[in-house]
Amino acid sequence: MAEGTFLSMALTGALILGQILLVTVPLLLAVAMLTYAERKVIGAIQLRKGPNVVGPFGLFQPFADALKLLTKETIVPTGANRIVFMMAPMLTLLLSLVAWAVIPFDAGWVIADINVGILYLFAISSLGVYGIIMAGWASNSKYAFLGAMRSAAQMVSYEVSIGFVIITVLLCVGSLNLSDIVNAQKNMWFFIPLFPMFVIFFVSALAETNRSPFDLPEGESEIVAGYFVEYSSMSFAMFFLGEYAAMILMSGMVSILFLGGWLPPFDIAPFNWIPGIVWFALKTALCLFVFLWVRATMPRYRYDQLMRLGWKIFLPFSLFWVVATAGVLMATGWIPR
Amino acid sequence: MAEPTLVPSDGEQTPGQVRIKNYSLNFGPQHPAAHGVLRLVLELDGEVIERADPHIGLLHRGTEKLIEYKTYLQAVPYFDRLDYVSPMNQEHAYALAVEKLLGIEAPPRAQYIRVLYAEIGRILNHILNVTTFALDVGAMTPLLWGFEERETLMEFYERVCGARLHAAYFRPGGVSQDLPPGLAEDMLKFIAHFPKVLDDIESLLTENRIFKQRTVDIGVVSKADALAWGFSGPMVRGSGIPWDLRKAQPYDAYEAMEFDVPIGKNGDCYDRYLVRMDEMRQSLRIMKQAIEKMPGGPVKTDDRKVAPPPRADMKRSMEALIHHFKLYTEGYRVPAGETYTAVEAPKGEFGVYLVSDGTNRPYRCKIRAPGFAFLQAMDFLAKGHMLADVVAIIGSLDIVFGEIDR
Repeated sequence: MAEGTFLSMALTGALILGQILLVTVPLLLAVAMLTYAERKVIGAIQLRKGPNVVGPFGLFQPFADALKLLTKETIVPTGANRIVFMMAPMLTLLLSLVAWAVIPFDAGWVIADINVGILYLFAISSLGVYGIIMAGWASNSKYAFLGAMRSAAQMVSYEVSIGFVIITVLLCVGSLNLSDIVNAQKNMWFFIPLFPMFVIFFVSALAETNRSPFDLPEGESEIVAGYFVEYSSMSFAMFFLGEYAAMILMSGMVSILFLGGWLPPFDIAPFNWIPGIVWFALKTALCLFVFLWVRATMPRYRYDQLMRLGWKIFLPFSLFWVVATAGVLMATGWIPR
Repeated sequence: MAEPTLVPSDGEQTPGQVRIKNYSLNFGPQHPAAHGVLRLVLELDGEVIERADPHIGLLHRGTEKLIEYKTYLQAVPYFDRLDYVSPMNQEHAYALAVEKLLGIEAPPRAQYIRVLYAEIGRILNHILNVTTFALDVGAMTPLLWGFEERETLMEFYERVCGARLHAAYFRPGGVSQDLPPGLAEDMLKFIAHFPKVLDDIESLLTENRIFKQRTVDIGVVSKADALAWGFSGPMVRGSGIPWDLRKAQPYDAYEAMEFDVPIGKNGDCYDRYLVRMDEMRQSLRIMKQAIEKMPGGPVKTDDRKVAPPPRADMKRSMEALIHHFKLYTEGYRVPAGETYTAVEAPKGEFGVYLVSDGTNRPYRCKIRAPGFAFLQAMDFLAKGHMLADVVAIIGSLDIVFGEIDR
């Protein structure tokens, strides 16, 4: 009997491990391809070629970069707090990976189909700021510290409006489960009725992932690289991986919350032949393309302007929209029971 | 327990008080926005600048002293290495200064070629400045678009003198050689094509809300301040003073050129950006006129005591051979005297104060670099702004350390 439970436990463990690997390995591959895509897309916008030497069309460039980073020396500054310094990139990478546990790639394709999925995502992405603060503080460098302070302020500010956007979606769905959120968009994707929220969520996602035009924490021309100036080698690569995985995660959230997740755009013949995961990947890729496009086009905000946008424009507007949505839902009786 | 109170910055600390020190940040000399080797010691109150203290001298090469030990012709290349973004404009000032002391004038064709290349230098400089300024506020695409065109202009440099940067092309008495065939046509092609690129760059910046938020009312220079700090070039024109040496005291063929002097209104970073964009369009106008009106004839003075004879002559004429030998060994003697000659370089008034004691070497050559005057205003411009604005201000000052440190 005891042997049987042990065997079943081992089996369950192996199954979960397999599922985790099934998500994580393609995710890390996607990160590698995203860095390649970023350089190609921005290259095209800037009339350049982008990477084209390593492998066919330069496709192996990210792997060459990863190898290079792996073989470099890890430098820990003398004044740094070694433990925190080394923990920060691990935490960042870890957080950006664990969030994927609740993302539904297709109907039922999810590691943990929990009922508080969206809250879990929100909590994990809020924790992301700790990696940055730890890095900024432990580096014992003025530039890194400034970058970390900026980042903390920025992520906290924009999480508030992201929270309100999520509440609006929840009001329309009546569930915190991500699969339910997608299924509720069978008839109409949420970006049509909630278009302003869609825009706010996307812009806040840019800010949340520290991407241009909100890339102040790393503000290259001001504080050089911000919180990760002092990092090198694999510890730097982990920040990098974490940042790009967070970008993909945010794009995945945009497609789940507003673009109907794995659902095809029309539930008719040629569209519903294509498997849901392809639709999900396509929608995420579209969002990611916009991330890159914005980066090549926009100048950077200044610290106070970014705060103003977050607190004085996005926050009141999203608050208003929550109330308005709730009002409309109550008045028309559309509120999901 | 009572809240701890703050100690005034110069006061005594009593128990229960805390002293808050400003954060001082060493900005540069190795910093992506330092435009070379600028070292700024910033005193920060949070992100707000309390004091900006520029430190210079990291690129000092002793140019002025070195020139005293060179013949007048050998001194020319030093001017390329000052503001290496627009090399020929510096040579222009020096060539005019030596010509003034010698009492000669370059032949008309040489004057037109100089005007043509001075304007190419202006565009070279403004492309670099405007696009790196955009990069400093976070927009990276204009830089790549602009540099594509800069490459064409560098090629024009290369085709006329063989060097992309260190041209040594404007010499006292004219220019070193005539334009090669076909170059003028290619320049006309560039003149027709370049406004489109400028429009593209403007479409990314001029009406961009973030760009305007980052530049409007940042680093404001009033008319009075501009004059008091010794500004020139786009830095005064951005403040609304229509001062341009090409108009005010025309040199070479500028008198025959028709062009406007764009001016700004508020004297902020945004106005200076607009002035530079418009100056590029005006430069295209001047280039076109210079090509169209360019007369034929020699490109250097026929005074054989200053400019070397044609190589063919040296094969036949003893006198020409002697002239050549003397010019490239001893150099020419310049009558004793002194002059301050200034040109409108892309960055502002670039002046050469040249003292001759009658020998073949300058007694003293003082160089007035416009960027030096701009940089000293750094503290006055940056005080009270935020850290990110310092970067925007440095970008709009248009400083290059080659000329500041000399």
